[in-house]
Amino acid sequence: MRNKIFNQLGILALVALVFASCTKNLDRQPKYGNTAASLYVNLAGYKSVLAKTYAGLTLTGNSGPDGQGDIAGIDEGFSSYIRQYWSAQELSTDEALIGWNDATIKDFHNLSWSSADVFLRALYSRIYFQITLCNEFIRESAPSKLSERSISGADATEIGYMRAEARFLRALSYYHALDLFGNVPFVTEADNVGAFLPNQINRANLFAYIESELKAIETELKDARTNEYGRADKAAAWALLSRLYLNAEVYTGTPKYSDCITYCNKVTGVAGYSLVSNYRNMFLADNNTTSTNEFIFAVNFDGNRARTWGGTTFLVHAPIGGSMSAATHGVDFGWGGVRTTKQFVQKFAGPAGDSRENFYTSGQNLEINDVSTFTDGYAIVKFRNVTSTGANGSNPTWVDTDFPFFRLAEIYLNYAEAVLRGGTGGSSATALTYINNLRQRAYGNATGNILASQLTVPFIIDERAKELHWEGVRRTDLIRFGQFTEASYLWAWKGGVAGGQAVSNNRKLYPIPSSDLVANPNLVQNPGY
Amino acid sequence: MSFQKLIKAAGFIMLALVAQVSFAQTKVVTGKVTDSKDGSAISGASVAAKGSRSGTQTGTDGSFSLSVDNAATTLVISYVGFATQEISISGTTPIEVSLVVNNQNLSEVVVTGYGTTRRKDLTGSIATVGTKDFVKGPLTSPEQLINGKVAGVQITTGGGAPGAGSRIRVRGTSSLSGSNDPLIIIDGIPVDQQSGIAGAANPLALINPNDIETFNILKDASATAIYGNRATNGVIIITTKKGKSGKLKINFSTLNSISVVGDKVDVLNAEEFKNVVNGKGNTAQKALLGTSSTNWQDLIYQTAFMTDNNIALTGGLEKLPYRFSLGYLNQDGVLKTGSLSRVTTSLNLNPRLLKNALKVDLNFKGSFTKNEFANEGAIGGAAFFDPTQMVNRNDNRFGGYWEWLANNNQPDGLAPKNPIGQLNLREDKSNVTRILTNLQLDYTFPFLKALRANLNVGIDHSKGEGTIYIPDSAAMTYIRGGVNNQYEQTKTNKLLEFYLNYVTDIKSIKSRLDVMAGYGYQDFKRESPNFPDKRADGTEFAPAGPFPFETQNTLLSFYGRMNFSINNKYLFTASYRRDGSSRFSPDNRYGGFPSAAFAWNIAEESFMKGSKVFSNLKLRLGYGETGQQEIGNDYAYIANYTLGTQTAQYQFGSNFYPVNRPVGYDANIKWETTDTWNAGLDFGFLNGRINGSLDFYLKRTEDLLSFIDVPAGTNFTNRIFTNVGDMENRGVEFVLNTNILKKSKLTWDLGFNVTYNTNEITKLTKIDDPNFTGVPVGGLSGGVGNTIQIHSVGYRPSSFFVLKQVYDNAGKPIEGLYVDQNGDGLVNDLDYYRYKSPEPLWMVGFTTSVGYGNWNFSTVLRSNLGQYMYNNVFSGNGTFQASPLAYLGNVHRNYLETGFANSQYFSDYYMENASFLRMDNFTVSYDFGKVFKNKANLRATANVQNVFVVSKYRGLDPEIAGGIDNNFYPRPRVFSLGFNLDL
Repeated sequence: MRNKIFNQLGILALVALVFASCTKNLDRQPKYGNTAASLYVNLAGYKSVLAKTYAGLTLTGNSGPDGQGDIAGIDEGFSSYIRQYWSAQELSTDEALIGWNDATIKDFHNLSWSSADVFLRALYSRIYFQITLCNEFIRESAPSKLSERSISGADATEIGYMRAEARFLRALSYYHALDLFGNVPFVTEADNVGAFLPNQINRANLFAYIESELKAIETELKDARTNEYGRADKAAAWALLSRLYLNAEVYTGTPKYSDCITYCNKVTGVAGYSLVSNYRNMFLADNNTTSTNEFIFAVNFDGNRARTWGGTTFLVHAPIGGSMSAATHGVDFGWGGVRTTKQFVQKFAGPAGDSRENFYTSGQNLEINDVSTFTDGYAIVKFRNVTSTGANGSNPTWVDTDFPFFRLAEIYLNYAEAVLRGGTGGSSATALTYINNLRQRAYGNATGNILASQLTVPFIIDERAKELHWEGVRRTDLIRFGQFTEASYLWAWKGGVAGGQAVSNNRKLYPIPSSDLVANPNLVQNPGY
Repeated sequence: MSFQKLIKAAGFIMLALVAQVSFAQTKVVTGKVTDSKDGSAISGASVAAKGSRSGTQTGTDGSFSLSVDNAATTLVISYVGFATQEISISGTTPIEVSLVVNNQNLSEVVVTGYGTTRRKDLTGSIATVGTKDFVKGPLTSPEQLINGKVAGVQITTGGGAPGAGSRIRVRGTSSLSGSNDPLIIIDGIPVDQQSGIAGAANPLALINPNDIETFNILKDASATAIYGNRATNGVIIITTKKGKSGKLKINFSTLNSISVVGDKVDVLNAEEFKNVVNGKGNTAQKALLGTSSTNWQDLIYQTAFMTDNNIALTGGLEKLPYRFSLGYLNQDGVLKTGSLSRVTTSLNLNPRLLKNALKVDLNFKGSFTKNEFANEGAIGGAAFFDPTQMVNRNDNRFGGYWEWLANNNQPDGLAPKNPIGQLNLREDKSNVTRILTNLQLDYTFPFLKALRANLNVGIDHSKGEGTIYIPDSAAMTYIRGGVNNQYEQTKTNKLLEFYLNYVTDIKSIKSRLDVMAGYGYQDFKRESPNFPDKRADGTEFAPAGPFPFETQNTLLSFYGRMNFSINNKYLFTASYRRDGSSRFSPDNRYGGFPSAAFAWNIAEESFMKGSKVFSNLKLRLGYGETGQQEIGNDYAYIANYTLGTQTAQYQFGSNFYPVNRPVGYDANIKWETTDTWNAGLDFGFLNGRINGSLDFYLKRTEDLLSFIDVPAGTNFTNRIFTNVGDMENRGVEFVLNTNILKKSKLTWDLGFNVTYNTNEITKLTKIDDPNFTGVPVGGLSGGVGNTIQIHSVGYRPSSFFVLKQVYDNAGKPIEGLYVDQNGDGLVNDLDYYRYKSPEPLWMVGFTTSVGYGNWNFSTVLRSNLGQYMYNNVFSGNGTFQASPLAYLGNVHRNYLETGFANSQYFSDYYMENASFLRMDNFTVSYDFGKVFKNKANLRATANVQNVFVVSKYRGLDPEIAGGIDNNFYPRPRVFSLGFNLDL
């Protein structure tokens, strides 16, 4: 009996021991993947996160084309940075409208969006995903962290460049926030991830912050045209400054055209930048090789290794419909959505032979009776998934074509406009040269050249439309020229009526998404929403 | 153990069993069994010689005749609902036995979790359904056995596919973004609550319903709190049949059925469609019209056959009671090319050792399922494919199926694909094995008989693997070159539970104390290797992801319960569980879940003793806290980086770099907590012939997990799962079971249950904001990312969120015209309003059974009231537009009512009342009694499943989980015939 009791007690003790050893099993860690400590140990680790900060502009998640989305609350394909940035900048203008029935997508062109708009929320979320991601990289690549991790020498230098690039990418996204939303939450690398409520920064202060960041990294980035293709260099920062200053009056009330010219000059002063001889080649599958002389900063896509339903995959597929051949665009089929208005088509009323004019008109009506009908409105042929030699892209579904954020042509146009608007540090003669350079490239000869007397501010807005259409600057341009909400310029279905109508001026800013107002009580909504 | 080995082992056991049937000197005893109340004969009563293996059942006239061993002295006579009697064999036959009704409902054993109790000692709300009350008919999955039988439990099958899963809800929904599935415990093993296993439509269907003895559904928190942070959605304890000592009994059953599809989607026929296209289409569209007249829906469905055969052997080998079963199910889908075949086996060994001090229960269940999944895309495909086109091409391209072609002479990427091609050209097969086994040791200490120790170790292992093949010629994947893929998933769930139970009667105060304390450890691991995405020819379309999938979570728990009863009148229960979960950070890892309950057996009071009316009257009050830890991610609190796939790289220069992304996380995430109050009254009249219960409950959930927007700039994503909301569920449950008639030839039982449940979200944001619209949910088919429901404060979860349609004088909806709710002159997303809920307010279950002689008729009816459906079939297909697209699609007949040219997805015109009354089941059985020279008992059953549905809903079926009707796999009507043979 005694023995039995001991045996039983022994079993109990054993069981107790087993239990005690089990509590550590509650510390389960993911078997695969990295923590900051295991990832940032060498250059390759840093580069993989830097790659993500760039891929945040192009891809929608960690699995191409979808499956592990970066942001939620929207179909992953729609969550693409470029796709929503493009929608906000182009669908709201005379350059584009879309026939789909997805949620509130038609509100862009109707200029009738609300603060609950799912696409605006996606765009805003994208911008802040980028900013938070860049903040993390900037934090983790601080010189103190590098020395903690015993990274030095050439690797530390290279990581220093990367850090400046992350600051550029953050400034780019803050610039988009400034332009689209105005007064927005403000977070820097000093704010760790976690439960806190960021403060709101007003538009003027955000302008100053972006300006100071870009000027600070001006010296830290690699020299223009010395970095790997796809990575930002000094010229990228200059180009962004040039655009920032061109619009300074809209953002702060104070014009800065002279500063704009200063930074245009910095870009044009770089040896090696030149216009690509064939305008249309810049939007083809091999633009990463044909157009590097003109691209100041472009982001990269690849049909096999960088797949997304957004980006240029969207820009190639969505405008194909009606009787258009998908094959001549190098893709499997069209998505039948995007066309343009009569007012944009009429911009090309000048001398014939402008290669920037590339409408598909067969079976398409110039007039738009029904926004949902693809054949109402001319189609535009611009981004395509074929190479300059006519070969198909690497994949018929996902597109190879890269998306230029900044190219030399815009710098020329910025320069000319800044000069015309009274900026100093440039000359009308150079401005005319730049414009005629663009037109000679477009016409292939001098037939489209203009005279100095023709170079006026109103000329510039139309020239920008022709040169830069569908590249994501149209809304900003129309606002700067006082034509976005106003009655001075109407286009088909502007404001939701067939003939177009003016809308309230508050629509020059998009609303802060109501979801963020709920999440962050520090935020105040933009006027009128 | 491999499956073949298993079969071999089973074979040996069967041989051993057959060998033990032996012969001895016998005598014959005859007699009659009657009901003490009215002297009527009791048929089917079991008569056996004590201590011997011989036994029989009484015939319809109550008489029996039994050969017993010459040495036998006593007969044991038992019958369900009556007290068992022993009577000595005095030598004078016939023996007259008169059985006394036993208030069976009260003596019923109820499984409470880590123990059992008698119903009359119960303080919580627990429903028990045993074999005799199970739903009859061709059921492939266990949960269907209790559909309509239990108040507060809603079981919605996912459709008519073979082995389709069900959505189970106990007392409504109390989570928005976490899980609402109850915890299911099979023979003491809580199964993984994370959904399913790759390759199986329904993981529960891996258990053979024929092996199940009882369901105990723990509903209120005073009952469930012992399961801590997994218990909020109720606990369903499934107990399988066990071995019983005695002579070998063999039960063989076979059930064969045919399934037919009832109504099909009401689309236009070829002639009508031509008229529409010619009337409304453009020139290009008119040119697309074909010359055939094809009813595509008729071509995809078939009358499907199912057979379900089971054999079970029960008996005792010396001191080793056992049960062994083998089942084979083969079910074809009504949608062609789909089938399920399943072999299940179970073995239970239940020896009692050391003079009954040590009870050993070894349970083994294995199943092997082969699935062929039909391409369900063909359901909607067939409904809306152009009826004027022919089925086949004149050549072999695209598998010989007619397809819409683009101008490059390849299949049009946007166009619908030939539904017959979709069905026949996609091969989607899987094999799934599941082994669920546990060993339970229950030891009563010899030196302290009031104390027993119980150890339960178990493992639940499942593995699913499958392949998908689509030839490169098939239109649906023509552009990518077909599909030739495989997948695999393994899940392992290990359990160790140990508890001590001390029960003592304190005679001095007429009290009884029952204390239990225990420890539990459970570990879940899920693994899937990564395979590349391949084309039909085996070349890589996309490479495999960087890492295989592996995730693990562990639960460690301490728990205790005390029952204290005074004089059988006043019952107190208190329980406490402390759960540690690896899903939460060390700061949030442990949580305590208490409960307390009190019950008053009023019928035991002296003032009630003389009552002829009440046989039972008990008041129950309970309170408990439970948790819900299914947050969808095992590592949600940990900061980490994930590596992207090879198709999500970024190009620098000419090189591509894989990306590493920091993952959004909530370091403070924790489980949801629910407080439940329950008040119940159990009653019984006329010696238990009428009994029932009435329960009121209030469930308040806090720290509700919601997938909410984080303040922009504060996390590596825009939305995270975090604890922000509150919600309330209130409900009433009423159950009534009566035994209306109990005559010698005629019996009539009737069961009735009613549930009322409503819920409301009371908080949804960290900071109160009256302007917050809510969290959109309920994706619809049409457009991309469109949703039709919303979670909003002050409303029921998943309320529909729609625009108010404007109608013309004739009552026809005006296309695109909606009420400007906020009067700002614009109709936009501020004008949506919340409309009803997809979940029913009322659920009624009605079951009845009439026995007449050897005949028995039974039926189950269910009704849900106050539930609404978004008719996505109408909204998605009830339009016709002049379109530039190079293909046509048929339209729903609803188009003739609306004439809509553009989709109006958000119109409340498409909202419909989906209340219904459904006869789930009608069964007729006939008991042949003794057959084969009195060696066997035979019963035949004919059954119709899904007999009829009454509803105002204009779609095919008003009962669709989630409330969005879109190309639902139709529930067929099933006619079956079965035989059950007891040897």
